[in-house]
Order: sequence, then C-alpha cells, then structure tokens
Amino acid sequence: MSDARWEAVIGIEIHAQLLTRTKMFCGCALSFGDDPNVHTCPVCLAHPGALPVTNREAVRLAIVAGHALGCEIAERSVFSRKNYFYPDLPKAYQISQYDEPVCLGGTFRYLTEDGERTVGITRAHLEEDAAKLIHTGGDGRRAGAESSVVDFNRGGTPLLEIVTEPDLRSGAEAAAFLKQLRQTLVQLGVTDGNMEQGSMRADANISVRPAGREAFGTKTELKNMNSFTFLERGITAEIARQIAVLEDGGTITQETLHYEPTPGEITSLRSKEEAHDYRYFPEPDLVPVVPDRAWVEEIRASLPELPIDRRERWMRDLGLTFEDAEVLSETAELAGYFEAVAAVAPPKSAANWVRGELRAQLRERGEEPWESEVTPAALGEIIAMAEAREISMPNAKAVLAEVVATGAAPREVVEAKGLGAISDETELIAIVDRLLAENAAQAQQLRDGRDKVVGFFVGQAMRATQGRADPARVGELVRERALGG
Amino acid sequence: MAGLTDLTAEQAIAALRAREISSVDLTEAHLARAEADDWHAFLAVDRDGALARAREIDAMPERPPLAGVPIGIKDALSTRDLVTTSGSKILEGFRPVYTATCVDRLERAGAVVIGKTNMDEFAMGSSTENSAYGPTLNPWDRTRVPGGSSGGSAACVAARQVPWSLGSDTGGSIRQPAALCGIVGVKPTYGAISRYGLIAFASSLDQVGPFARTVRDASLLLGHMVGRDPMDATSLDWPDPIAVPDAERLDGVRVGVVEELMGEGVDPGVRDAVEAALRTVEDLGGTLVPVHLPHSRYALSTYYLIAPAEASANLARFDGIRYGHRTDHAENLLETYENTRAEGFGPEVKRRIMLGTFALSSGYYDAYYGQAQRVRTLISRDFEEVFSQVDVVASPTSPTVAFPLGARTADPLAMYLSDICTIPVSLAGLPSASIPCGVSDGMPVGLQLAGPALSENRLLATAHALETALAFDTRPPGLA
Ligand SMILES: [Zn+2]
Repeated sequence: MSDARWEAVIGIEIHAQLLTRTKMFCGCALSFGDDPNVHTCPVCLAHPGALPVTNREAVRLAIVAGHALGCEIAERSVFSRKNYFYPDLPKAYQISQYDEPVCLGGTFRYLTEDGERTVGITRAHLEEDAAKLIHTGGDGRRAGAESSVVDFNRGGTPLLEIVTEPDLRSGAEAAAFLKQLRQTLVQLGVTDGNMEQGSMRADANISVRPAGREAFGTKTELKNMNSFTFLERGITAEIARQIAVLEDGGTITQETLHYEPTPGEITSLRSKEEAHDYRYFPEPDLVPVVPDRAWVEEIRASLPELPIDRRERWMRDLGLTFEDAEVLSETAELAGYFEAVAAVAPPKSAANWVRGELRAQLRERGEEPWESEVTPAALGEIIAMAEAREISMPNAKAVLAEVVATGAAPREVVEAKGLGAISDETELIAIVDRLLAENAAQAQQLRDGRDKVVGFFVGQAMRATQGRADPARVGELVRERALGG
Repeated sequence: MAGLTDLTAEQAIAALRAREISSVDLTEAHLARAEADDWHAFLAVDRDGALARAREIDAMPERPPLAGVPIGIKDALSTRDLVTTSGSKILEGFRPVYTATCVDRLERAGAVVIGKTNMDEFAMGSSTENSAYGPTLNPWDRTRVPGGSSGGSAACVAARQVPWSLGSDTGGSIRQPAALCGIVGVKPTYGAISRYGLIAFASSLDQVGPFARTVRDASLLLGHMVGRDPMDATSLDWPDPIAVPDAERLDGVRVGVVEELMGEGVDPGVRDAVEAALRTVEDLGGTLVPVHLPHSRYALSTYYLIAPAEASANLARFDGIRYGHRTDHAENLLETYENTRAEGFGPEVKRRIMLGTFALSSGYYDAYYGQAQRVRTLISRDFEEVFSQVDVVASPTSPTVAFPLGARTADPLAMYLSDICTIPVSLAGLPSASIPCGVSDGMPVGLQLAGPALSENRLLATAHALETALAFDTRPPGLA
C-alpha cells in the first residue's frame, strides 16, 4: 500500500468447487459446458418430495483440505438451510453449513521471497452451488435483459467455502496467498481451481484503519474477482477508494461491491440495510456429519507432502532458489518429474535443465515434461554426460532435442551421431595450432593482449569439431598455444 | 362371496393366492366404489393404470407378497405420471417424474394403486377441510369431518373403497383420522419409512404410515415399507422384520395411562370408551400404570413453532418457476413469486408459512425455534422416563369424536387442539397406533398406543390383542 498513514485489513472468502464425481446432495454428474439441464434430477430440481443425501466424497475432500489448512476437523458438523428466493436456487434455500462447519480454526502457511507467512483460517464449510442464470438480450447482465433462463447443471455442485482471518494487508499479499492456497488445493485433488470457469471464486472483505490502531474500520465485501490479477487490482482499488473517502472526512458504508475488471470499476450491489435475513436453521432432511475418527486420521496419514513443505525442503536440502522452487512446484506432476530427475542428477543442474532447456524445447511441441518422451532417467543421463564433459553443452542440448523427438536413449544418440566430446588432448592441440596458423591476424591480436579474440578461436574450434570440443578447454589451449605458455 | 370390498387385505391375499378371485375382479370392485365416491375420499382414481397392473399380477405364475390387492395413496406421496397435488391448488395437474420410495416398494410387492386420496392442503389441518379440492366426508356421518390431514386415506378404508391405504402423520395426521373414521392407523418410528417422495410439511416430524381395518393388515403393509433408503438420509436400518401379530393375551405387558391426556379437554364420552378399553388390558393379563408426561402441556405450542418453521422453508420451492401453478399477473420476478403463491396457497398454509417465517427470523430464532427444540428434547426425555416403567402408553387418540363440518374452520386454535394427544408422540418421534375402541355419540372413538423407538412389533402385538378382545365393528352404520 502506498500510503503509510493507513493500514488495510483484508480477509478472503474462497469458494472452491470440489472434484467429486457427483453433486453435493444427489447422484447427478458434475459437468462443464454440456447442454443445459442434462445433469438434473428431482433432487437438484427441488421437485416435491425429493430429499438431499450428503456426498461422502465431498466430506472426504473437505477433510483433506482441512488437514492442509491446519484445521481441526469437527467431531460433528451440521448442515443448515439458508433461505432466500432466487431462480437459481430451486429449493429457495441453499444447504450450507452455518454454525457448525466441518473444519475449524487453522493456519495456512505460504512462501514469499522474504520467507514463510501465515494466514489464519477461521473455518471451512461445505455447501451446494447455485444454478446458472443466463440472461438473454441486453449485454448479458440481469439489468436490461429481455429474459432469463436457468441451467441447473451447476446447481448442487459441492463447494468448500474457506474463510480467512483478516490477516492480509495488501492486494499483492492477498494474491500471493490465494495463488498458493489454490496450488495446494489443486495438488491435493480437492478442486480443479479453474478461476475463469468459476470453479474457484474469491471475495474479499476489506477495511482500512489509521496505521497503528487496533480497532477495525467498516468493511466492504468485494465480489467477482475471477483471477489473481483481478483480485490484486480490485483490492488495491478498493483500498485506495476507502482511503480517499476517509481522507475527505467521509465514512465507509458497509456494503457489497462488484469489481468490474475491464474499466477497473467498483460498483455497489447492496448495502447492509438491504441485507437478507437468511433465517438459518438446521437442515432436518440431513443427519449431522460425524466422520469416523479413524477415517479422519487415515486421510491425514495419506496426505501427500504439501507444496510449501516440498518447496522448503528443496530450498533447504537441494539448494534450490526461491524462484526455482516456486516454478518447479507449480503442479504436482512437474514437481514429481523434477524430483525424479534430481534423484539421478545434481539437483541444481536438474532444476536448471527442467526449468530451462527441457521446457523450452517442449513448449514448441505443446508438451509437458511428464507427458513427453523424455523420461527423468534420460534427462538425468544427459545432465550426467554434460557434467562429466563427455558431451559439450551444445551437443547435450542437441541430444535432448533428439530424445524429445524420438525418445531414443541419450547414449545411443551420442554414439550414432558421433557427438561424444573429443577426449584426446593431442587432437585438440592440433586443431588449435592449425587455427592459429590459418588466422595469423587474429593470433597477433591475441598476443597483443586482446583476450576477447579467444572467443573467435573457440567458435572456430567448435565448428571444426562439430561441437564435440569442450569450449572451456579449447579457450585454455588457445591461450597456451598462442602465448606460448 | 361376502362382497370383495368387505375382505380385509389379508383375506384378499389368501383368496388371490388360492386363485379363488383375481386381482382384476378385486380391483374392479374397489374401483367402482372409489369412482362412486360419496365421501370425496379420492382426488384422482387411476382406473386404467390400476387394471393394467392387476392384469399383470394376475398373469404372474407366482403372486408377489401383496398379490394384487388395491391400495389408496395419500396425495402427499409422489406417484410417477399420476397427478399429485398434496391437496393444493399450487400443484393442480402436477404429474411427478418419480414415485415415492414407499409406494414403489409396495408396488413391487404387488400392491395395486387405484388412486390418490384427499387431504388438507400440504397436510396442514385436522379435518381435510383445508383441501383446495373440497372436504372429505366421514363415512359414519356425512355431516361430519373424517379428521385430517389424511382424511381421504382414512375415509376410503372405512368406506370399503380400498382395504388399506397410505397416509402421512406429522402431528397426528394418520392417527386422528383413523380414530375419527373407526379404523386402524399406524405412525411408525421417525425414520422407519423413507420420506423420499413424501411432499414435505415438517421434515423432522413427517412419517408415512398405513391405514387398515385390522392391526394385522396394517402390520403387513408396514412390513413392506420399513428400512433404509439411500435416498433418505434420515431413514433407518430396520432391526427386525415387522411381524404380523397373532397373540391374544397381554400377560406381563405394562400399559402406562397418560394422566395428562385423560383429563381436561377430553370429551366424557371419549374418556369413557378409552377407560373401558383400558379395563380390557387387565382382562387380558396386562397391568395399567398411571404415568406422567409433565412437559406434554407445552407440546402444542412447541409443535406450532417447529412444524411451521420447517414448512416455511419446505414450501418455498413452490415459486412458479419450474412446475405447478404460475401466476398470469406478474411484471417481474418478485411479482411472479408473490402472486403465484398468493393464488396457489390456501389460508391455513399461508398462516403457517407466516408463523414459521417469523419463528426463524433474526432476533427471534432463539426465543421461538431454538426454545421449541429445547422443549422438544424435554418431551422426549419425559417419554424415556415413562418407558423405563412401562412397555406402551395409552391415551385417547383425539379428545373428541368427529366434529361437524365447518365447526372449527373459523377457529384455527380449536382445530389445532384436535391433535393435543398425538403431538407429544410426534415430537418424540415414537411409533404409535390408533385402534377403534368404542363409540360415543354414534361415532367411533380411537385409542392411541405408543411405544419406545423401534418397538413396532410389541406395539402392534399389544394393539392386536386389544383389537381382538374389543371386537369393534369397523363397518360404518348404514354403509351401502
Ligand atoms: Zn441431481
């Protein structure tokens, strides 16, 4: 935040669609992009007499997330009805956990270049998503639409709502937190985390207070931020708006705001006075969620290493930089690939190769490392040959290109193409002597002290050997032979 | 043969099995009475569907357990392709896409659904006068109500339009009409029968149950419906099969007489009949023990907070968007909601939605809904205490016999008092039966028996022994 006299206080609410096969309370398949209303049944259409039944897999994923967020998994949690009329809510109540959520009080750790930070997790609870309204005519928004239709495919999708403590202080911090939270949930298979498709959504509660003061200012709720960039920009804009209002002697109204990314505008959706009375009460059609403790422990025990723990381990034990670790832990698949390479090659070189040359070569083919022809063992072998100077660096890249294209064994590529480094020193000396003789002018410059000319001779030597020479050794030989060392 | 429509279901099944009669003939005989329907017990009769099913069953080499015996289904139960209105105009003409689990189980067992029976709108009422389609008349006296809300299901059994039927009971909606129509009605333990497909009134109280003219028939029907349903999270794994009772003695059975439900507010004629029936308990070797349910006097007010609160949410889905009635007079979404519901719901339903909405409102929740839930727990504890001393408790089912049509429609509170004896049992979720035990003022009187959760077998055995000894004639006087 730019203004040192003010401090922003930010809490985030995240809605993540859970990666279950079926909906939260019925057997309909989860889907995206199918024809409207094909994934529906009496339950998710709220036909008379239909009843919800809790999806056990959704409970399991909530427990997985709870463990990752350092939450306590409640012995007993309860679904409630949140009552309001809207066409995207066929029962006219949303089944959601209210005062007894499945996950309570945790801490989420995330990494910044300055080290580890934490955000308090107030709670995480299960609920069902609303259906999708499609407004026709006008600009696609409800206002000005000619008619609205409902697609119930999404209705009843399991959601995990995660609520943080007001521990964040800037839009950038919020974005960094959310990015790593998303990464963690995605890598644990809790959600696909697709923000553009709305399978993960974030709202922010924002207030500002004079720096150094304890009491919170009046907060606003900012909705509709469907990317990290929009989240950061939206929060930054809202903080600036609130500071401007306060500095003008105004007061902040408690209201729900909508962030419109294109013009970067914030508009009011509703104020506190218009807030609903949701008349929550325990859902009598469902029994409380009382997960077997052995099951809860079993889930905890089978949890894979969290991305942050992996990153910290890589930095601590493998000597990776913050950035290496960040890039390589982007997906569970990439992390797994890297670890497999690092198991057979020096970790730092493995990191450089995976991040650099391998991804660069694969990008052109639209492949990911773990789906490519390049097995971790093959890449490890290339790295090992290069490090042992059995092949030159340029030829190592050429070998990789061949492996990328054909999946051939690296050593066979080296043999077949004769790419092995020239190990016979006398052969190299002969080449260098010949080049010095053929390029007398440059040789003289070198003797006159222009060391840069070494590069010219190295280039010539590499060309003459088709890359099989070790450039560093060639440079040394050029100096030795020219300067008569 | 002494009239196909006079057979109990048990007798009909025996005759069907022996191939003495056919399901088609049996169904046809009942259809004829259901179609004549002098009591407006049915809202819809499915002649073609019923006969088709009867023919199918007749053609089976081996008859299924229920052998092709006809049944009436309360209109609160969803029946695929068969209009289901729950007695409300808001569902006029509504054809469900699925069948309730309990009905499905009975159909698979060989029951033939002949139609849907009348009821108070969304099961809210005690006289069936709140039906949007007009009241049902009592087969014992056409000037009187049959009770409610399952009045149609009670009347059709009393009037020999079917040997048995299904109703639903939230605060007494099976037991009270059974009492008022002189037949047997059973509300099982909460969770015994799947509620999937039962159009909800108050989810934590609603239970489906049978009406029949004998306890044995009711037991037989019950036995084919109980048990866990993956579609209803509140349904129970059923411990022991429901037995069709045959013991005629009550040796060693301790029957608690609920003092609070025998005194003030109970008509003397009803009390006399119930007391006479209780003396029979002793004749049969049982013992009578006076017991107390000290919190039962709060039951009615507790019920009228919990049930309307749940109903206010349950009935919110009737919004005119996806099915059912939709207003022709709306300029926008809000008016669509308001006018659809204003036109579609009757006054009692609106009253309860308002009551329930208020009870759940921010700032009132704790004082009303929260407090009611706490009292509900106390009432359950009263029963637990009582059942440490006795096996079953007994009381009148209804404080009065069937009252004249219109007598209580102007006074909701008087109507609510009809269920004063049945509501405590409902709040505790316990199994309960009403059996006819005598006559007062020319009208049948019901005896309510209730037991601990899951004690259906002992409850029904007690009811059967008493029924046998009392030898009540379920045939309404002058029934054609
Ligand atoms: Zn569904």
